[in-house]
Amino acid sequence: MSFAVTPEAIEDVAKLLYIRALKILPSDIKQGFVRLSAAETDETAQSILATMIENIAVAEKTDNILCQDTGIPIYNVGIGRGVTLDGYLLKQAIRRGVERATREHPLRSSVVHPLTRINEQTSCGAHVPVINIDFIDEAETLRMEMIPKGSGSENGSFLKMLIPADGIDGIKTFVIDRVMEVGGRVCPPTIVGVGIGGTSDVCMHLAKVAATRPLGTMCKDPEGARLESLLSQAVNMLDIGPQGLGGFGTAFAVHVEAAATHITMNPVAVNIQCHSARRASAVFTRAGVAIGE
Amino acid sequence: MADYQFITPVSAADVRQLRLGDRVTLSGALYGVRDANLIAMFDKGRETKFDLEGAAVVHTAPNVRKVPVSNEHPAGYAAINVGTTTSQRMERFTRPLMEREGVRIIIGKGGMGDETLKAFSELGGVYLAIVGGAAALQTTWVESIDDVDMDDLNPESIWRFSVRNFGPLLVTMDSHGASSFDAVRARADARRSAALKHLGVKS
Repeated sequence: MSFAVTPEAIEDVAKLLYIRALKILPSDIKQGFVRLSAAETDETAQSILATMIENIAVAEKTDNILCQDTGIPIYNVGIGRGVTLDGYLLKQAIRRGVERATREHPLRSSVVHPLTRINEQTSCGAHVPVINIDFIDEAETLRMEMIPKGSGSENGSFLKMLIPADGIDGIKTFVIDRVMEVGGRVCPPTIVGVGIGGTSDVCMHLAKVAATRPLGTMCKDPEGARLESLLSQAVNMLDIGPQGLGGFGTAFAVHVEAAATHITMNPVAVNIQCHSARRASAVFTRAGVAIGE
Repeated sequence: MADYQFITPVSAADVRQLRLGDRVTLSGALYGVRDANLIAMFDKGRETKFDLEGAAVVHTAPNVRKVPVSNEHPAGYAAINVGTTTSQRMERFTRPLMEREGVRIIIGKGGMGDETLKAFSELGGVYLAIVGGAAALQTTWVESIDDVDMDDLNPESIWRFSVRNFGPLLVTMDSHGASSFDAVRARADARRSAALKHLGVKS
């Protein structure tokens, strides 16, 4: 048995997901706001959270995008078993979807050449959109997740090649110090993504996976899950608060992802997601395409 | 803590009366500036056609739609979404914006540094914090895009918005040397050891 997905369908959905992600915040993030508001005692912080919650409602009511930063478009594609498609055309189709969303909505193109700084007004360029392709153990299913990654929080990215002698204490201290360093610049309350282990590039990628994981999900590694729970409590002891103006809610959560590493290595990476933690996804099956958060 | 309604442009005396925690609502012209147009102005010698004497600027690059020029859209642009970007990247441009152009109010998110605070004290300026990421709401405070300069840098053109009841915005850096961000940073420094202790980090 095989299930064919066409480039035309991919292009349409890639366009649709970019626009949807920019407009409708996922329910886990909305619930995260409710939880943080209930825990907040600082008056300024409460008022800031209330404004953020109001903004979510205004965006939906006025069919507007939540934040002006259309971000760097990221697509995570999971190809299930028995799915047939042309991988090269898939990548081209996603790029066309991004270009169409930018032109047809229209959206601000936030993407420039890194040296000339020229903006082609397409939200595309070399290696952008970022397309991550994985293969999943689901029959006749293709999953596509779209994440517009805002730059305020993306600029809060760090990698340190710690050594084994630095231990887990070194990892914990690094995370706390980086959260303090970026303060309000990353648009708190945030999701702090922490990558641990791997090679340097895998470590950084895991930090992004962690930062963009839905709230309420846990690291599959039990040691990682224990660490993310502890770190989630610790970052909210710093009183940085929403927008860095003080208060409890510095982060919705700290998420950890871990990979095996070398006997001489102890790498740690931090990537941060802002409170406008946007994403949208689609599931392609024989029954059709289901669009959701 | 007091509430103020300002119509732009403003004077040094207007902004010098503001203190941390005051709330300001703006009406009138508001200029959008950020990375590329500030680099153009202060590193590449380009001059803006706008008179920024007493102006309020916001760190932004909006989402816009090209439309025919009309009374409603005098610059040929409709605002789709006008939000605010992280201010810290613009730190070294505060002083020249104030000294050369006469800007008095900077609206942004995430706060700015010591050089900005010093320029505010010496020259009479203020930083008003907006809630970053709340751009759909902020857009409802914008009446129109009145004019645009350096549009070859689009979306990082210099935009002139007409705004009404833009805010309330919180004074978080004033012209008397006070910064809410410095206060938060000092508190976080003091709480760091408790956070590390909670994590079981041996000191």
